Amino acid sequence: MIHLPSGFNYTRGRETLARAQVFKRSWPFFLDLAVAALCLAAFYGVLQIVKFWTGKAEPEFVVSLKPSSLPLYAFYSVVRIGLAYLLSLVFAIGYGYIAAYNKRAESLMIAALDILQSIPVLSFLPGVMLAMVALFPTRQLGVEMGAIVLIFTGQVWNMAFSFYSSLKSLPRELGEASNIYGFSTWQRFWQLELPFGTIGLVWNSMISVAGGWFFLMACEMFVLGDRDFRLPGLGSYLQTAASADNIPAMIYGILTVIAIIVATDQLVWRPVIAWSDKFKIEQTAGADRINSPILHFIQHSNALGAIKRHTFVPLSESIYKRVAERNREYRARQAAGQVKDTPVWLRVGVLILLGAVVLYAATSALLKLREIHQGQYLLVLEGAGATFLRVNVSLLLAALWTIPAGVAIGFNPKLARIVQPIVQVAASFPAPILFPIIILGLLRMGGGLGIGSIVLMLLGTQWYILFNVIAGAMAIPSDLREVATLFQFTRWQRWQTVILPGIFPYLITGLVTASGGAWNASIIAEYFHLKGQTLQTLGLGAQISAASDKGLFQILLLATIVMALMVVTVNRLVWRPLYRLAETKYKLS
Amino acid sequence: MQTTIIRAERVEKYYAQPSENRIQVISPTDLSIVPGEIVALLGPSGSGKSTLLRMLTGLSAPSAGQVYWHEQPIATADVNVSIVFQSFALFPWLTVFENVEAPLKARGMEPAERRKRAMKILDTVGLDGFQAAYPKELSGGMRQRVGFARALVVEPEVLFMDEPFSALDVLTAENLRSELLELWQKKTIPTQAIFIVTHNIEEAVLLADRIIVLGRNPGHVRTDFRVALVHPRDRKATAFTQLVDYIYKVLTQPDAQPPELPQTPTGKRVRDQRQMHYQMLPHARPGGIAGLLELVLDHNGKDDIYRLADDLAFEIDDLLPIVDAAQLLGFLTVTEGDAAITPTGAEYANSEILRQKELFRTAAVENVLLLRQIVRAIEAKSDRTVAEEFFHDMLDEQFSEEETLRQLETAINWGRYAELFDFDASRRRFIQPEKLHHDSESSAEVIE
Ligand SMILES: Nc1ncnc2c1ncn2[C@@H]1O[C@H](COP(=O)(O)OP(=O)(O)O)[C@@H](O)[C@H]1O
Ligand SMILES: [Mg+2]
Repeated sequence: MIHLPSGFNYTRGRETLARAQVFKRSWPFFLDLAVAALCLAAFYGVLQIVKFWTGKAEPEFVVSLKPSSLPLYAFYSVVRIGLAYLLSLVFAIGYGYIAAYNKRAESLMIAALDILQSIPVLSFLPGVMLAMVALFPTRQLGVEMGAIVLIFTGQVWNMAFSFYSSLKSLPRELGEASNIYGFSTWQRFWQLELPFGTIGLVWNSMISVAGGWFFLMACEMFVLGDRDFRLPGLGSYLQTAASADNIPAMIYGILTVIAIIVATDQLVWRPVIAWSDKFKIEQTAGADRINSPILHFIQHSNALGAIKRHTFVPLSESIYKRVAERNREYRARQAAGQVKDTPVWLRVGVLILLGAVVLYAATSALLKLREIHQGQYLLVLEGAGATFLRVNVSLLLAALWTIPAGVAIGFNPKLARIVQPIVQVAASFPAPILFPIIILGLLRMGGGLGIGSIVLMLLGTQWYILFNVIAGAMAIPSDLREVATLFQFTRWQRWQTVILPGIFPYLITGLVTASGGAWNASIIAEYFHLKGQTLQTLGLGAQISAASDKGLFQILLLATIVMALMVVTVNRLVWRPLYRLAETKYKLS
Repeated sequence: MQTTIIRAERVEKYYAQPSENRIQVISPTDLSIVPGEIVALLGPSGSGKSTLLRMLTGLSAPSAGQVYWHEQPIATADVNVSIVFQSFALFPWLTVFENVEAPLKARGMEPAERRKRAMKILDTVGLDGFQAAYPKELSGGMRQRVGFARALVVEPEVLFMDEPFSALDVLTAENLRSELLELWQKKTIPTQAIFIVTHNIEEAVLLADRIIVLGRNPGHVRTDFRVALVHPRDRKATAFTQLVDYIYKVLTQPDAQPPELPQTPTGKRVRDQRQMHYQMLPHARPGGIAGLLELVLDHNGKDDIYRLADDLAFEIDDLLPIVDAAQLLGFLTVTEGDAAITPTGAEYANSEILRQKELFRTAAVENVLLLRQIVRAIEAKSDRTVAEEFFHDMLDEQFSEEETLRQLETAINWGRYAELFDFDASRRRFIQPEKLHHDSESSAEVIE
């Protein structure tokens, strides 16, 4: 309702108002144009991908270093990560859902999650690739699927765990409200479970996609036995550029990656975070929300609104109606005692069959280990020790600089505002891109890969620690800091009584994530192809890489098992107790 | 004869424990809800009010016994009830309108019809103009209005409410209460019966046609009576205050005779907490006990609990644990809703802090088994410390996990105050208090 000022000339008024209307409407008009353009672009993109993927397989694609081929390569890489992410999202939701509601499967599924999270994803690479290529031998689709599945295995577990724990912590009364009002499973999922899990999924998605870049770099170009796999993309472009010592090409490539990361942040994550604000369970409206023009655009575009009204809304209405009818029928049958469960013999039969398959596969895998002789066992163990040392040295080094830096940033809001976005880009920047450059530098300075790989691990994992320390320092209540100032604590006292206990839980979280990342990074950091040469050092990661290079599957299997065991053991024996300590003793709440 | 809507027949509830035992929360109870009445369910916290409500709505199945909806087992009947929750239980990601519309959507209703009904009910509860707002943008009172709108939009036959006004401030609660009563009396809503759980005695007497008082350990009906006062009820009227006083008496009186021990279907005896080893420690702080005793002393050593509560502006939930604790320690006796201070209690109330601690210490060791055991265990150990877990496991046998934790918390609180022991929270161990520090403190006090 518009209130006109008194004495307002009616005809003039209408004219102005009408013009104001035009102006107001022209904005959505441009928005609609933009939507149309986007739709066309998307259509073209899909066509491109379909044409390329269903085309003849080009496993040994020759990577062109011309800057003009970068947009297409970037597009291919982004599509790979995007599809892998979508797959992860769907899988994570399904896995979390089943784990949370199926009492019998729950403990098994959660244990599996814990272990799968610790298995070095890159050692799946050969198996996954060979399987996918065998599935689609003549089409590009095979190799592409291999890359996508691999990225997927690196992204999915933390998301699945996040959704599972959201479902497990659903507020009891919200669940009861949906029960008492007769929500169907469908409605419960869309109006209760998924919204409640959204915040967790969004944050984990950001971490997962950043991790996806890491794996993309590794799987776009690799050697497997006598086969050389190459996919057109940013990863292969950068690796080729490094091998050819083509500095300008490397710079173009790196700039493209940075541009994509910044664009993803602005065009995807910011709108998503702004949108997910409404899923916060907190009972008061927060003051500092993230604004996003893109979100505004999506929510106010007429065209998108119309599309939604004509497709999504009627579809969802008809589903709701059908589900309600089915539920009513089901209840009627239930009242009449006509509902039957699946027969027991069928369920037992399926279980036995599954068990047999798993058992068979596991034993055949173990039998493969018999082909390994003692010397190789010893070598793997030595490698495990070396990598263990390297991982911990890299964690220590990372902690040494990130703790003071993080605390300084966290205590200084002005500095934080400047540094945070830079750190964010740096953190999602895939470290493997820089590996060739750093290795070249180190070699020139006379360092070996033994030390070089520590630097490489550090590069990929330090950000997790830095982020968490900043968050921890910000969470220390200012009155605690003021008390320290008031009593004129010495610097050491301050650290001992206020800062270190305050950031402890955050530090542990950061270290756990970083440790997992460092183990995974060891696979590409300890073994390197550069300019036709193979650089390697003693380590478990190098053994995994070398084994997949040479197609020695028994060694690959052994080394992978050893690495998974070490990660799981360290998690159980070190990180979990520390975590518990952090949760009980050092929790500032 | 009236047709009952919901009838509960010897319903019980027990929860399985990690140990072999089960915790009985509700002992066999009969209860029915008939059209045309507002039933209030009163009882101290933890007596199983919410548990009973959830069984009556069909949300949770009784461990034994049966609930009928129009004489059909409730699990398979087409039940038409709503619940208004203490925490509102609104979906924060849905707008007011979508929240209210959701139950209709669940029934597969057409969008146009949904819209009409939702808008009408929003209008009824005074929320027109707020349909596009999100719950977090509203005040507590407005949020509970949304809760009411969502509950009423399905035109429930029985409207259940679990402490619907507890999270609101006094004035807002009063306001909503009278609006609800008006809707009910003018038959604006087609609801046949209202069942409200509350721990506010006055609220029950203001609203209800029938009041049921629940006792605890395990939950059982203490009394079930009709309220004949005409509406609108006057809080200051004698009949009103007498009724409130009567309910206080019921709530503070120990049971005359315990009901028979219940039997589980497998023939295993369910253990009744009253026959168990540990008494249930009331969750009161020593400071609160001292405060209450001083107040009783001010009232010449004896007074109506109702009047004491009024003086303190306390609800029974706040006051009862303190009264129970004072009784347990032998500082207070309660008969017929009157609290009388004992000589020890009087001395306690009159003493300075160190003497108070001494009296508390003696009373606690004498009367509280758990504290006595902790002290003994510490003395028996050469290192003078005992793990909390040890007592946790013993309490676990007879209390739910949640209650066990609260029992330990209270025991730690009392023990620390009485300087019977100290507690190392990071190692979760009871330890002997430092005597030295204590002695120097007391000598300083003497010089003063
Ligand atoms: N899921 C559960 N497992 C074990 N004990 C429970 C559970 N739910 C409730 N209880 C116990 O049942 C008792 C009654 O709880 P409740 O019905 O919520 O009481 P009220 O609503 O009267 O405060 C409490 O002692 C509580 O600890
Ligand atoms: Mg309750």
